[in-house]
Amino acid sequence: MSIPFLLFFACAFISVLGAVLLIFAREPIHSALSLVLVMMSLAVLYLLLGAEFIAAVQIIVYAGAIMVLFVFVIMLLNAGFEERTDWSKIAKVVGLPFSFFLLLAIAHMLSRSDIGTVVANGAGAPSNDAVSTRALSAALFQQYLFPFEATSILILIAILGAWILGRKE
Amino acid sequence: MSVVPISYYLVLSAVLFGLGAVAVVFKRNIITIFMAIELMLNAVNLAFVAFARAHGQLDGLVYVFFVIVVAAAEATVGLAIVITIMHNRQTLNVERVNLLKF
Repeated sequence: MSIPFLLFFACAFISVLGAVLLIFAREPIHSALSLVLVMMSLAVLYLLLGAEFIAAVQIIVYAGAIMVLFVFVIMLLNAGFEERTDWSKIAKVVGLPFSFFLLLAIAHMLSRSDIGTVVANGAGAPSNDAVSTRALSAALFQQYLFPFEATSILILIAILGAWILGRKE
Repeated sequence: MSVVPISYYLVLSAVLFGLGAVAVVFKRNIITIFMAIELMLNAVNLAFVAFARAHGQLDGLVYVFFVIVVAAAEATVGLAIVITIMHNRQTLNVERVNLLKF
């Protein structure tokens, strides 16, 4: 067991734990905090995959901005206890087994596909500068310049939409 | 130094996505459902980064960047809708919000 494997399994365990806590938490604020846990551990996994910029953006934008927005709305609406779903019969009998079956099917197909063995053998492992921040910024501002600018318009439209939804009619 | 196989990341991504889908179906609070959607977006992002690493190409990382931007816009509009629903109906339970117009 080398250090990357230990780090991967630790972060994978923490992220799955956070996702399970999100499902079973009664109060929305607990769900939000467990989601922050998932995002933090995913940022570590991004670092492990060599995507430093994405890891930083994950922490700053996702865990920082978006989750603070969620927590702010939870505070603003004073969202307390959630009424427990009564886990209806059909959900217990059909839903849960089928969701587990879906998970198993996806995992089985992924582990059987050759994408898993490519990097395991070290054949497909890219050189380190292939995923560096410098190359990413070059791709973002040259090849993907138009989509990048389009996202700024998207953000502007989102701000206008939030303003229109939030004002008093 | 040994490298963690990409399939491990993909299986983790699938597990997180499945848990997010379960949360979307089973939760009743509209804010929590929203957070479950964010969880699913995160799971897909992990798969994107893993594939970018596997192929040694940057496009996956650029897509992750765009997904994060779109998630930010989505959170802005969605939470504004949540606040409007709370003002109009005084509830966050999605089962009580079952009419388009009242």
